[in-house]
Amino acid sequence: MSYLLEGRDAPWEVVIGLEVHAQVISQSKLFSGASATYGGEPNTHVSLVDAGFPGMLPVINRECVAQAVRTGLGLNARINLESRFDRKNYFYADLPTGYQISQFAQPIVGSGVIEIELADGSTREIGITRLHLEQDAGKSLHDQHQTQSFIDLNRAGVGLMEIVSEPDMRSPEEAGAYVRKLRTILRYLGTCDGNMEEGSMRADVNVSVRHSGEPFRTRCEIKNVNSVRYVMQAIEAEARRQVQVWEAGGTVDQETRLFDPARGETRSLRSKEDAHDYRYFPDPDLLPLVIDEGWVADLKAGLPELPDAKRSRFVSEYGIPRYDAGVLVAEQATADFYETVAAGGDPRLAANWVTGDLFAALNRTGRTIADSPVSAQAMRELLGLMVDQTINGRIAKDVFEEMVETGEPPAAIVERRGLRQVTDTGAIDAAVEAVLAANADKLAEYRSGKDKLFGFFVGQVMKGMGGKGNPALVNEALRQRLARSP
Amino acid sequence: MSLDAATVKHIARLARIGIQDTEVARLQGELNGIIGWIEQLAAVDVEGVPPMVGTEQAALRMRDDVVTDGARPEAVLSNAPGRNGLFYTVPKVVE
Amino acid sequence: MLTDLSIADGLRGLRGKEFSAVELTTAHLDAIAALNPRLNAYLTVTAEAALRGAGAADAALARGEQAPLGGIPLGIKDLFCTEGVRTTAASRMLENFVPPYESTVTRQLLRDGAVFLGKTNLDEFAMGSSNTNSAFGPVENPWHRTGDDAVLVPGGSSGGSAAAVAARIAMGATGTDTGGSIRQPASFCGIAGIKPTYGRCSRWGVVAFASSLDQPGPMARTVEDCAIMLRSMAGYDARDSTSVDRPVPDYAAACGRSLKGVRVGIPREYRADGMPSEIEALWQQGISWLRDAGCEIVDVSLPHTQYGLATYYIVAPAECSSNLARYDGIRYGRRVEAPTLDGLYEASREAGFGAEVKRRILIGTYVLSSGYYDAYYLRAQKVRSLILRDFTEAYRTVDALLTPTAPSAAFALGENMDDPIKMYLNDIFTVPASMAGMPGLSVPAGLDHQGLPLGLQLLGRPFDEETLFALGSAIEQAADFRRLPSVTAGRVR
Ligand SMILES: [Mg+2]
Ligand SMILES: [Zn+2]
Repeated sequence: MSYLLEGRDAPWEVVIGLEVHAQVISQSKLFSGASATYGGEPNTHVSLVDAGFPGMLPVINRECVAQAVRTGLGLNARINLESRFDRKNYFYADLPTGYQISQFAQPIVGSGVIEIELADGSTREIGITRLHLEQDAGKSLHDQHQTQSFIDLNRAGVGLMEIVSEPDMRSPEEAGAYVRKLRTILRYLGTCDGNMEEGSMRADVNVSVRHSGEPFRTRCEIKNVNSVRYVMQAIEAEARRQVQVWEAGGTVDQETRLFDPARGETRSLRSKEDAHDYRYFPDPDLLPLVIDEGWVADLKAGLPELPDAKRSRFVSEYGIPRYDAGVLVAEQATADFYETVAAGGDPRLAANWVTGDLFAALNRTGRTIADSPVSAQAMRELLGLMVDQTINGRIAKDVFEEMVETGEPPAAIVERRGLRQVTDTGAIDAAVEAVLAANADKLAEYRSGKDKLFGFFVGQVMKGMGGKGNPALVNEALRQRLARSP
Repeated sequence: MSLDAATVKHIARLARIGIQDTEVARLQGELNGIIGWIEQLAAVDVEGVPPMVGTEQAALRMRDDVVTDGARPEAVLSNAPGRNGLFYTVPKVVE
Repeated sequence: MLTDLSIADGLRGLRGKEFSAVELTTAHLDAIAALNPRLNAYLTVTAEAALRGAGAADAALARGEQAPLGGIPLGIKDLFCTEGVRTTAASRMLENFVPPYESTVTRQLLRDGAVFLGKTNLDEFAMGSSNTNSAFGPVENPWHRTGDDAVLVPGGSSGGSAAAVAARIAMGATGTDTGGSIRQPASFCGIAGIKPTYGRCSRWGVVAFASSLDQPGPMARTVEDCAIMLRSMAGYDARDSTSVDRPVPDYAAACGRSLKGVRVGIPREYRADGMPSEIEALWQQGISWLRDAGCEIVDVSLPHTQYGLATYYIVAPAECSSNLARYDGIRYGRRVEAPTLDGLYEASREAGFGAEVKRRILIGTYVLSSGYYDAYYLRAQKVRSLILRDFTEAYRTVDALLTPTAPSAAFALGENMDDPIKMYLNDIFTVPASMAGMPGLSVPAGLDHQGLPLGLQLLGRPFDEETLFALGSAIEQAADFRRLPSVTAGRVR
């Protein structure tokens, strides 16, 4: 399913590569002992190292390195046992030292690959070029004062992983799927919370257009896009802009741009004469980072099962459809919930209930799987009551709704409200007789060939039994009764 | 290689050091003198020689991930030439 | 006079209750009051804190505690951040900067009972070899040529420390050495000074000039005093990623150690063109002293040392251009208001930095800039590998090297100022070991025909400062260097 923009002579293809900045989950910053926690009063999560005071020196955080290695392993990427930190030199108010410590020439993680799945069920592999560790900058607030910008360094020095993709994507949909998949993997690994609103994950989007078969044309980088939707919208807008430029006989300049969601367009961020010259060189305050193969192996052994593997396992182990499995593994918490519900019961029934009734209830109540009003354990008990025929499926829906509202265990609800399924054939036969007696006209119609009325009778019998009749037995009793002559 | 006046200005701009037009010629002379002198290194055969990394006496150590610092904004802001509450202030940046 | 005592004798006197720490400190403070207006060796004198420290040292001595430097008054180069005490790096940029932290080295000195008299002058941000680049005026060398009143420079960048120690207004002082900034001023002022192995003393809290080269070290009137100070200053610091985790030996115990069989190399490339014959003669003298002390003298070659200085003037400016980017007028330091952020940067840095600092930042920015990195910085780091290789090779056959410290004695204020490169040549003998990270000790060894002190330099293997102290104390003993500078506490000739 190809995404093409219409052109005067030939259609245009869009070429997309992404640089995702993912904030490392850690207690303290990449090179200082200040807290990496989001928020806080201005300049309170700041050490003198972060504020770039004279004589302050960086010391690398082992956990940040471990998180980068875990992420690299999760992206099926090469781990570089020796890497280096470089200084990227530029002046900005929220960059206290005048340089960002990053990894330019020798990143800690080399090439890898992510598989994405598109709406039509097809899959594509997107190449990962590299992942490197670097420091975040502080925050400039431009809207607090008429003539001043305010600087808060709480974010300055927090560890980031910059994950760079190959220019392998060809549509906004693919880019969206890539970001979502990357976020899922990071969350599984516990290396980044993927929270785009708080800025702990943000994307620089590189976009160019070309006629198919051409070499790449000039790309533009759209900086700091902070939602999946905006990534997709920004690509659409930028691709449209570039097509217009080319078709008007102009040339696209390589530049940095910003996406303005309100206007749905991108605009140039800085002029060319101000182009940066970052003067990268190895940070002389830090020696090469040499990690040991054994440590990498230990980190690998400690990795959780990742979404692709889990999905395959769900399909083979639980016999559920690939699509459902995909929905269930999108978040680790959902997958865990599902497995608890399915354990020792009917996994397919569990999949239907989790993706159906549970998701609907979460939606309705505005909750997430983490604070679900019905625990996985309680849901398993409910499905257990169905499987062992204590209640029927119809009653189960009612019980579930009550569980959502009250949090009461399913068995208690069933007992209190007397919802046990009726399997006594005598009682069922009596209910059947009563319904037929009360609906002589319908019975006559049925007998004259209106077969569809069978369902009506079933409904009436169940209604007469307060919904508690065993559906199979009710069906059987009706069928037998109707087969007899009046 | 010889630095022209435009290069001197460009370098000063990169380094964010204001220079007066009247200084450019003097700086150009001084910088060219030094650059010309350090170019003697072009004579050294460095084929196959790796660049020096540290002084080869140690490897990088990693520290434990614990919070040991921060929560002292008054120290952080103690020398600030411009501040407002707990923020540093700078001339407004228009983005 | 109390101000004439060595640190070792001072410690003996204090422990023997011959005088108190307060008396010792007061004698130095009085001498500072008398001489500093002329010498400008101190930028800040912390008299009150010094007397408090001395009182505490007396109390400790009274309790029978013998801290390694208990009660010894020292000068601290104003490049070490000292908590609550203005730290300027001799720059307008940091004229009013008061660090809320104490550098590791000074913290260790305080831990060991030292008393800080104040902060000593230096070349701005440690960039210079004459101490004429200080924003707060030059330092006068307490030495003068015989029959000549011309003011001489003390060398640099630790010129204030060297002058203070020579003039007896500090018993010892801290210095930092990036390309010779301890050894060259020590030589110019007739005192001893050692640049330890890179990684031996923590750089944490020391205002950075060139991170891969900067190394703190002691300056004192005797080799043994340097050894005593270094023991307190050295040591592993987890806050400096380039600090090396090795035990700190009792360096003073190495002074006077037998030199039987110690092999000392004489690098032939150090015979610089146009080196004054009396420096050559002093070098030969040093060789014979060491031979007499039992050393074996060996000719060695360090073929790439001739490129040391040019390499240094790429690497050090490159690192400094980045290290000094933090002085932007935002979080601390001088700020010149301007309507835009870039305007503020440019105006603050134009006003805050002196000419030499600007020159080095510009050179460093240039050699790192796009298109020039490989030709300059990368090539320089490769040449640096070759220089390191030369030393490593030499240390396969010898235990140490002997060279002159500087190519001349102290020169007059105003000389060598017209051409930066001429000034850079002062460090020609000290820079190569800096590039290789190796330790180097300068020992006063004699006087030139004008009556000015000259130093000899001993270079050693990484972390083998002990051999340098052993060799240095032998030279010291043989040279019997007793001449005093013309300006010293209690005596101005
Ligand atoms: Mg980027
Ligand atoms: Zn980045």
